Amino acid sequence: MSFRITFSTAARILRQLRHDRRTVALLVVVPAVLLVLLYFMYDGAGGTFDRIALVMLGIFPFVIMFLVTSIAMLRERTTGTLERLLTTPLGKLDLLFGYGLAFGLAAAVQAGVAVAAAYLLLGLTTAGSTGLVVLIAVVNAVLGVALGLFCSAFARTEFQAVQFLPVVVVPQILLCGLFVPRGQMAGWLQAASDVLPLSYAIEALTQVGAHPAATTTMWRDLTVVIGAVVVALVLAAATLRRRTP
Amino acid sequence: MTSAIEVEDLVVERGKRRVLHGVSCAVAAGSVTGLLGPSGSGKTTLIRAIVGVQMVKSGTVTVLGEPAGAPALRRTVGYVTQAPSVYADLSVRENARYFASLYGLGAADADRAIADVGLAGAAGQLVGNLSGGQRSRASLGCAMIGAPRLLVLDEPTVGQDPVLRADLWAKFHALAAAGTTLLVSSHVMDEAGRCDRLLLIREGRLIGDDSPDAIRAAAGTDDLEEAFLRLIRDSEQVAA
Repeated sequence: MSFRITFSTAARILRQLRHDRRTVALLVVVPAVLLVLLYFMYDGAGGTFDRIALVMLGIFPFVIMFLVTSIAMLRERTTGTLERLLTTPLGKLDLLFGYGLAFGLAAAVQAGVAVAAAYLLLGLTTAGSTGLVVLIAVVNAVLGVALGLFCSAFARTEFQAVQFLPVVVVPQILLCGLFVPRGQMAGWLQAASDVLPLSYAIEALTQVGAHPAATTTMWRDLTVVIGAVVVALVLAAATLRRRTP
Repeated sequence: MTSAIEVEDLVVERGKRRVLHGVSCAVAAGSVTGLLGPSGSGKTTLIRAIVGVQMVKSGTVTVLGEPAGAPALRRTVGYVTQAPSVYADLSVRENARYFASLYGLGAADADRAIADVGLAGAAGQLVGNLSGGQRSRASLGCAMIGAPRLLVLDEPTVGQDPVLRADLWAKFHALAAAGTTLLVSSHVMDEAGRCDRLLLIREGRLIGDDSPDAIRAAAGTDDLEEAFLRLIRDSEQVAA
């Protein structure tokens, strides 16, 4: 692994993104617009809006970066650029961390805009700091990137890649505690929720919502999510074969 | 003369189908060797084995003294896939600079490679907006960055206009004269005459390995297409 190659790969991915202005606009604007929609849905119920908007600040970057990454990586595989890259001095981790870095940065911009809209425009209030909300949102985005890199190995076409959203992402959203508190779920559902990384990310956000200072639970949750990112990246590296049949 | 590539009894299976049936050949260093055969004959599979991205069933492939795919070869072997493998959503220059950065090279090396394939005037254009021929030249240019000792090119001249094709072949010979080894695949017989040596492949078997002149002489014809046909007939008679 080489820092130079990792950084130049991340820069290349960001340049690709820059040429695609519509994608950039959608990335930056859509989460904020959806929050506005949420604001009017819960008009007058400030507490409910606060709770749901905070959770959404974690879910949006996860979902969006998962989709963007699985398609981007699938393109690398189908256009032959991946095969070519693997005959150059580039290491597998250079490529994977390059994606993590590039889309992590894109997610930071996205989260910055969404958080600014939520707090300044829509009056979201949390006991904890906005900086922690942005941090958790970015870690969530990187989780989406890591899972996207891994899942793209199992898709041959864009149609298949998009189908991994309901398989990998939707169950995590259903079981993360947004709809039914995790403590009230049946035992087996709770067990499933316990092994899904998004549950921890959402718990971390809820902690920021309820406590003025960062709690141990929040840091533990964040560590679990980062651990899941590392596991997903290692699995993704295992799917990158220099030799193929 | 030393060999840049040595292939020994190479067998490759893709799925349940055997694509290469014990191919053995050698490519001399500092030469332009043509790998010719019809579509589906196993050219791309042999090329993939040489650059070390193909799983092989048995046999050995040695490239510049190392087993094919060895980490040391990633700096010295340039590979151009059949479909242009460059980023369509980047400009030619951005593509070249990215590939240059993988070898620790800078913008000057990238720009030289772009000029070498005649794309200096289109450097700022997105690859996705280029014609098919320009796109494959962009892909070729990116492989020439860093002056690799071996260039493996899978059908690099498909879709190029005749003048550019002649330019590219002149470029290949200039590179070979400077010591680079080139292996160029093609299914177009009129390109065969431009090579120093030919490997003729059909249905996963090597049926000819000689200089174009020697192949013409052995088949008793000046036309390489006709010579290839006679070689096929001869090999089928031997098999029967």
